[in-house]
Amino acid sequence: MSTPALVRVVEREARVYARLWRGLAFSTFVQPALYLGAMGIGLGGLVKAHSGSVDGLTYLDFVAPGLLVASAMQLAASESMWPVLGGAKWMRQFHGVVATPIRPGELYGGFVLWTAIHAMLGSAAFVLVAALLGAVPSAWGILAIPAAALCAAAFCGPIAAFSITQESDVSFPMIMRLGVLPLFLFSGTFFPISQLPSGLRPLAVFSPLWHGVELARAATTGHFDVAAVVTHVAVLVACVAAGAFAGVRTFTKRLSS
Amino acid sequence: MTATLRILPFLRWGHRPWRLVERNVLAYRRVWYIFLSGFAEPLFFLLSIGIGVGKLVGDLDVGGHLVPYRTFVAPGLLAIAAMNGSLLDTTFNFFFKMKYTHTYDGVLAAPLTPRDVATGEITWALLRGTIYSAAFLVTMLLFGDLRSWWSVLALPGAVLIGYGFAGVGLAATTYMRSFVDFDYVNMAMIPLFLFSATFFPLARYDAGLQTVIRLTPLYQGVVLERSLVIGDLNWTLLLHAAYLLAMGLIGLRVASRRIGLLLQP
Amino acid sequence: MAGPMIEAHALTKRFGSFVAVDGIDFAIEPGEAFGFLGPNGAGKTSTMRMIGCVSPRSGGELSVLGLDPAHDGPQIRARLGVVPQEDNLDTELTVWDNLMIYGRYFDLPRREIRERAAELLEFVQLSDRRDSRVDPLSGGMKRRLTIARSLINRPEVLLLDEPTTGLDPQARHLLWDRLYQLKRSGVTLVLTTHYMDEAEQLCDRLVIMDNARIVAEGSPRQLIADNVTREVVEVRLGIDADTAAEVAALKQYGDRIEALADRVLVYTDDGDATAGAVTSDGIGAVSVLVRRASLEDVFLILTGRSLED
Repeated sequence: MSTPALVRVVEREARVYARLWRGLAFSTFVQPALYLGAMGIGLGGLVKAHSGSVDGLTYLDFVAPGLLVASAMQLAASESMWPVLGGAKWMRQFHGVVATPIRPGELYGGFVLWTAIHAMLGSAAFVLVAALLGAVPSAWGILAIPAAALCAAAFCGPIAAFSITQESDVSFPMIMRLGVLPLFLFSGTFFPISQLPSGLRPLAVFSPLWHGVELARAATTGHFDVAAVVTHVAVLVACVAAGAFAGVRTFTKRLSS
Repeated sequence: MTATLRILPFLRWGHRPWRLVERNVLAYRRVWYIFLSGFAEPLFFLLSIGIGVGKLVGDLDVGGHLVPYRTFVAPGLLAIAAMNGSLLDTTFNFFFKMKYTHTYDGVLAAPLTPRDVATGEITWALLRGTIYSAAFLVTMLLFGDLRSWWSVLALPGAVLIGYGFAGVGLAATTYMRSFVDFDYVNMAMIPLFLFSATFFPLARYDAGLQTVIRLTPLYQGVVLERSLVIGDLNWTLLLHAAYLLAMGLIGLRVASRRIGLLLQP
Repeated sequence: MAGPMIEAHALTKRFGSFVAVDGIDFAIEPGEAFGFLGPNGAGKTSTMRMIGCVSPRSGGELSVLGLDPAHDGPQIRARLGVVPQEDNLDTELTVWDNLMIYGRYFDLPRREIRERAAELLEFVQLSDRRDSRVDPLSGGMKRRLTIARSLINRPEVLLLDEPTTGLDPQARHLLWDRLYQLKRSGVTLVLTTHYMDEAEQLCDRLVIMDNARIVAEGSPRQLIADNVTREVVEVRLGIDADTAAEVAALKQYGDRIEALADRVLVYTDDGDATAGAVTSDGIGAVSVLVRRASLEDVFLILTGRSLED
């Protein structure tokens, strides 16, 4: 019985994570509670006083899935930049991996798979905290966890494929500031995209984060439209597939040429 | 005058620490676009939280003035940006240069002292922060969020916030052993970022929490900036300013004592 | 397995228009220690990467363990051990976890890896550092750990790229000793080096590479015998000597001479006699030294350049 190569790559990441998890307790459990408390409850009170509800939801219910998926995206984006370049260039441990029977494409696949699992662990904690704060009205909310993980993979896939082609990290802060941050702020996370200027509104469909947030929001609120859910899943899966198409090639080119 | 210069040594133009500022300017010249992208960050926040969320929140009463949420949150974002920029430079970037790229080993082989290094890095962080803050204030002006002539003091106010956090950040970094310790920086920054009356007024908390928040550092900066741009002046603002100044002074004092041990063990 | 472990014909590697390996032929037999000796940039590392199946060849034939790297990379890599020029240990893991995880990359059962890892740490004398992180280890320890890691899958062939570059003399000798033991246990060693003493110590047979090509092949002793005289007289000239004239004058003493920046090498079969003649004839020599010919001399004679250049 052989273990699939992807799983063997994941084992390495899981072992590093297992050693660090105590240090991650703050970011895993406390951080969601702080964000939900400040945005959902603190700011939410102001929203209630003025607008009553947002798209038929309390602001806490509206913002919780947004924050959930946005934090999965941020984790995926930063984990797919510096650690990937480090593995190829600074610490070079990726070169050690491809000297074994593991192929570069399998290393890539295992890396994306792990990032999704990592995001899933964080999202599970987030959903738990959110549920305790009353921000998950529907039992379907459990499905927000895989939704966030899928969104993480949709970001990790293409970004990791890009990062491995780089010789320095100068482009990474740019991606964070001009890519990840605007997505975080304008993808229906803090306010509905219907409030965007009409010219910009159609652009939201190009944001994988928007699809992820909508998917998670459908789960946590229990209000969903099957066609929309299928579309969101399809878009995110397409991002993962596009990432994989590029990533297998860029990893192979960088690590065995 | 001399006393002031001892307190704010970085103001002495052309003095040794400026060599380090020059070095950083040169290093950044090759990646000018990273410098430029720094302008975008607070602007994105203003558009999203100020305008997007603002539409959901409506108008707020600040010291008797009814203002749009955007006008309420913008000075908070200004204070946050000043804190973030300053802490990033004096904690993460400083540690990285010290431990990994060994930038200072060469600097200290030249006739610069560890204290010059600390002062130079803070000067650089504040210079950069001043440029970003000025740009953000211009944006606020265009949006009509500067309601008072006292706003001209908002820029020095932002520098003061930067100074306060730079001192504390640098002092804290001298106690860090590895990057894992930077989780503590996050642990401190995130609650400050979220709960310093930045996104919603202090009145939203119960009385006990209000007292706690009143004692936290970023709150001082947020109140200072908000009062200045809205024109809600009173003498207690001097207390907030004094708090930030003290943070910077004590932080720098601790930092320069320890930084010698660290860089020239 | 009948025939060579590794065999190459007209093996070529190009990066764009740059030719890193230019049609080389070699065959490495089971159990032998085979070396690629040459200066930096000669094409040794590119050759090793092709053998290690992490770099596809641009032309020619290559067979490793009877398989073709172009198609059977993972199967071949499963039976190789690789010690790269730059350490690529996993700095986020401990010494022990480096071995465990690496073993898992080969899909070995955990119990087997644990037993093997304990043996290997013993073998490379790192048992007391098993729970240490990788960063604080010295260069020699890291290299020994990399060797232990490369042996986790009981490889039939061990590829070592510049195994002792950057190590101090004590660490080098410890490493050579371990490699010698491995060779005795039947592992085929393939190594690159630009140190002639390393090549002489470790290699049964070697090829000398220069400018992407193989310029000579044989055992260290045979290469010296075929290309150089038995002994070399090193004549160091004074700073104000008329070098051109002195070099011309030295020509009569040896079979051939090589003029270097700071000294002249006179190749001869009787060193002492030649040294005596040089001294008594009043050539303006500051010092005269007799030594045995080495691979360094072979390289110098074949390429006109020194290895360390």
